[in-house]
Amino acid sequence: MDIEHVAKLARLKLTDAEKEKFSNQMGTIIEYIEKLSELDTKNVEPTAHVLGLNNVFREDVPTEPLTQQDPINDSPAHSKGHYEVPKII
Amino acid sequence: MHRTSITQARELLKSKKLSSVQLTEAVFARIDAVEDKVKAFAHLMREKAMEQAKAADARIAKGEEQPLLGVPIALKDLICTQGSRTTCASKILDKFVAPYNATVVNRLNAAGAVIVGKTNMDEFAMGSSNENSSHHPSKNPWALDRVPGGSSGGSAAAVAAHECMAALGSDTGGSIRQPAGFCGVTGLKPTYGRVSRFGLVAFASSLDQIGPITKSVADAATLLNVIGGKDNQDSTSADVPLPDFTQALQKDVTGMKLGIPKEYFTGGMQPEVEKAVQEGIRTLESLGMQTVEVSLPHLDYAVAAYYIIACAEASTNLSRYDGVKYGHRSKKSDNLINMYENTREEGFGEEVKRRIILGTFVLSSGYYDAYYLKGQQVRTLIKQDFENALEKCDVIAAPVTPYPAFKLGEKLDDPLQMYLADIYTISANLAGIPAMSIPCGFVGGENLPIGLQLMGKHFDEANLIAVGHKFQQATSFHTQQAPL
Repeated sequence: MDIEHVAKLARLKLTDAEKEKFSNQMGTIIEYIEKLSELDTKNVEPTAHVLGLNNVFREDVPTEPLTQQDPINDSPAHSKGHYEVPKII
Repeated sequence: MHRTSITQARELLKSKKLSSVQLTEAVFARIDAVEDKVKAFAHLMREKAMEQAKAADARIAKGEEQPLLGVPIALKDLICTQGSRTTCASKILDKFVAPYNATVVNRLNAAGAVIVGKTNMDEFAMGSSNENSSHHPSKNPWALDRVPGGSSGGSAAAVAAHECMAALGSDTGGSIRQPAGFCGVTGLKPTYGRVSRFGLVAFASSLDQIGPITKSVADAATLLNVIGGKDNQDSTSADVPLPDFTQALQKDVTGMKLGIPKEYFTGGMQPEVEKAVQEGIRTLESLGMQTVEVSLPHLDYAVAAYYIIACAEASTNLSRYDGVKYGHRSKKSDNLINMYENTREEGFGEEVKRRIILGTFVLSSGYYDAYYLKGQQVRTLIKQDFENALEKCDVIAAPVTPYPAFKLGEKLDDPLQMYLADIYTISANLAGIPAMSIPCGFVGGENLPIGLQLMGKHFDEANLIAVGHKFQQATSFHTQQAPL
């Protein structure tokens, strides 16, 4: 596994010590999960969800929503009802 | 007083021999006496609990009857409680206060429960020992140098130590049943879809399920009655009838078929654990159940399939922790991308990072078919195994874990060995079936509890409850007290 590439995809910054430790551990874990290749699954449908639910609808009844401010209060940086983030461009 | 079950507490409250305020004070006195040793809680909700107890007493005085009216209950700290912290035992959510209640919390409130606090856990429910907590490791009340199990270890320890009458946990791969087994209490993972996940912080959405951890099967039935049922806020909660599970306590189990899956008994367990489980099965036979051999041939592949699927789902679920909308944000950042990266580096613990890495890898371009798709196909085979086995029997009996509670630190450096501790529990999550752990014995000089696992057909918790209750009427393992 290219640990730096995967960490980048996951937006995780790893220390050098973590990179080395995780690389070794991932090697062992992936070797273990490789055992699935012993099974012939050519004609087996994948299961993403055990109940097989598809498009669950309900009546569109208006209820009392949260205020805009309620969730925003949980943000580590916000002002005037907006989230604040560092400069993007 | 703190040693009462839900059933006993309700009788005392109903007959006005005891008020909810007195009972809640007794529970907090117990917490004050033992919590330094057990460390089952992430944080307590003392003031709110006393208010709820007073309100419950007022409702009792008016003659109101509710299944949990005035009864002190604890919640795993990944179940959202409006106005109180929900930390998931993670630094990234250390100060998070949910703006709404989980559906199960609203249902507990309506049933009159008193919420005493939020219990410790492995960070984001990832772990089998409670050592992956940002707060502190919890201890097993039966042996304080041993783990209570995980990830709902705080809930199981709190119930075993009588720091609450009962607790809710969540189970993604065994996180209710394994700690219940290690701590000598009853733990029920309901069928996937039986209990609403709205307000449960997500780990692996196709596997997660909330369930009760209690002092008896009868109490588990009472709690499942309250928390179960369709919820419009969770589209994966199933629209199926919710029976009165306490009716199952009266059911006769004579002639019912008990399936013994041969693959679970091939020498993987410690001999004394196997002996306790076999004796449990013999007890069920003596109660009139008829044992039949069944086969679950893909057991050996369950851990591998599980870690692919659970980590893949976790890596996507946990992408929301980016330092913008809630939780921790790194102060070291000058642009958006390194704010994400620094926030996640500082906020997540080691096991969570490991699973995000594994999950991201199995979903990444070039590896998706080989790992993620393959894992889902093997999941189908495991699900079919259970469908076939449960055609031949009503309930399957199996061990919960290969060994009793291990020592703190014993498996911390070997993630794969820690994952393999879940070998007997994770199949039920992959198949979505209900499964329960009940105490069936004690082993070794330290008298460590052992669990017996009962698994059933989709939405057939009633038969697990019927069999489990008959077992507890015939045995006294569940009434043994941890030496605190």
